[in-house]
Amino acid sequence: MRAVAVVGASLAGLSAARSLRNQGFDGRLIVVGEEPHRPYDRPPLSKEFLAGKTGEADLALERDGEDLAAKWLLGARATRLVKERRAVRLADGREVRADGIVIATGAAARTLPDAGGLAGVHTLRTLDDARALRDDLALGGRLVVIGGGFIGAEVASTAHALGLDVTVVEAASTPLAGPLGETMGGIVSALHADHGVRLLCGVGVKGLIGGTRVDGVVLDDGRTVPADTVVVGVGARPCVEWLEGSGVALGDGVRCGADGTTSVPGVVAVGDCAAWYDPRAGTHRRIEHWSGARERADAAVAALLSWGAKEPGVPRPPYFWSDQYGVKIQFAGHAAGADSVTIAEGSPQDRDVLAVYRRAGRPVAVLGMNRPRQFMRWRKQLAAPPP
Amino acid sequence: MIPACRLAELPRGEAYRLDTDPPVSVFHTEDGEIYAIDDTCTHQDASLADGWLEGCEVECPLHASKFDLRTGAVDAPPARLPVRTHDVVVQDGMIYVRLSTDAPNLPPCVAARLAGGRT
Repeated sequence: MRAVAVVGASLAGLSAARSLRNQGFDGRLIVVGEEPHRPYDRPPLSKEFLAGKTGEADLALERDGEDLAAKWLLGARATRLVKERRAVRLADGREVRADGIVIATGAAARTLPDAGGLAGVHTLRTLDDARALRDDLALGGRLVVIGGGFIGAEVASTAHALGLDVTVVEAASTPLAGPLGETMGGIVSALHADHGVRLLCGVGVKGLIGGTRVDGVVLDDGRTVPADTVVVGVGARPCVEWLEGSGVALGDGVRCGADGTTSVPGVVAVGDCAAWYDPRAGTHRRIEHWSGARERADAAVAALLSWGAKEPGVPRPPYFWSDQYGVKIQFAGHAAGADSVTIAEGSPQDRDVLAVYRRAGRPVAVLGMNRPRQFMRWRKQLAAPPP
Repeated sequence: MIPACRLAELPRGEAYRLDTDPPVSVFHTEDGEIYAIDDTCTHQDASLADGWLEGCEVECPLHASKFDLRTGAVDAPPARLPVRTHDVVVQDGMIYVRLSTDAPNLPPCVAARLAGGRT
């Protein structure tokens, strides 16, 4: 393999580029990124960066002086993958040809159908999004967060600490019920009320009102919640439109084997855009976690360089963290398959808890609030092969 | 040299945290090697003794930065600065640490606290 193109220059793309060099690839390496920025870390965008506690230089993912001997094409959007030539076409008409391709185009924030025209309405995914939102939060006033998921909850927490009057609107009866289950979703999202942030559940959003700038969110039940700034945090969709018709099999994202291999030889996918086969669950799962984007790059690159010669390993159970209202929330595994949740340590009332999710008696997931040490013990146990 | 703990009290795969300022952790790898590094992750305030020890690497329990125990180098982000390493001596079954005289790379919030500033 003489040339590899990595399409995507965020954590998954950078990790893949590093893995290529670490695994001895010494050919031509091209990294294509849609954003104009060098690789940066996204988790702080809803927390320290949004709060103004850290600056842009602190977000850099590359180390000082790090040189991967790669050609960086930044501000360049991939528009098509031409399977026959194994080439990536860019929006500006250029074409990047390579022997191997790593798809790491990530995901984009979903928004509301009519959110486009009004000033003061934000999504939060990119550095540019975070800059714009930070400027609006600096104006103070009333913030309405649409969606009580992790991004929404973190923005609410940060804005509350900045002194804004915050309301969170969630369509489901319990926020975070998907990733955490009903019981623990309820406990974690009680952090809002603990800190005087209003949480309205079980009500959808009909639309936004305002002149040039938003001034309210109209709910399905007819109420209007006044707003100076609105954040729409309703999830993300995988950025795979550019692959349609390319021969790369798509489902919810790029459909991959347990090592990131796609339906096209010489093409692997990793990160938020990729739905890897999960041998533990016997199904494909697209996972939007930071840790997966980093850890799985190694396996995807190994698969690319050795095509099919290596038996894929079993990735660690997915892990993510969230910081809200000063509470460190950590979760590993899959809540969806659990038939019971028990409090192993601490107390939910004190927001200091370790909860273990089990299926037929076997641990399948663990949640910690402010319990990093005990959480790590359980997380390692989840990763151990079953007896 | 500072006495840490008895070798017999630190099984392989485990870490022992010394309450120095800043704290230092002693790691006993599965291969039987012993290393000492600063306990605080250089990215944010987290105890590396609570991390995931694999081979000669420890992964931060919070944000999964990885450090090489032998050199202190960052093997995986989000951390960008290395941790300090300290010399280790085992004498008569006792583990001793000789603290580095280099300046530590502490995360901003911890550095501010040690300097007496506000966090």
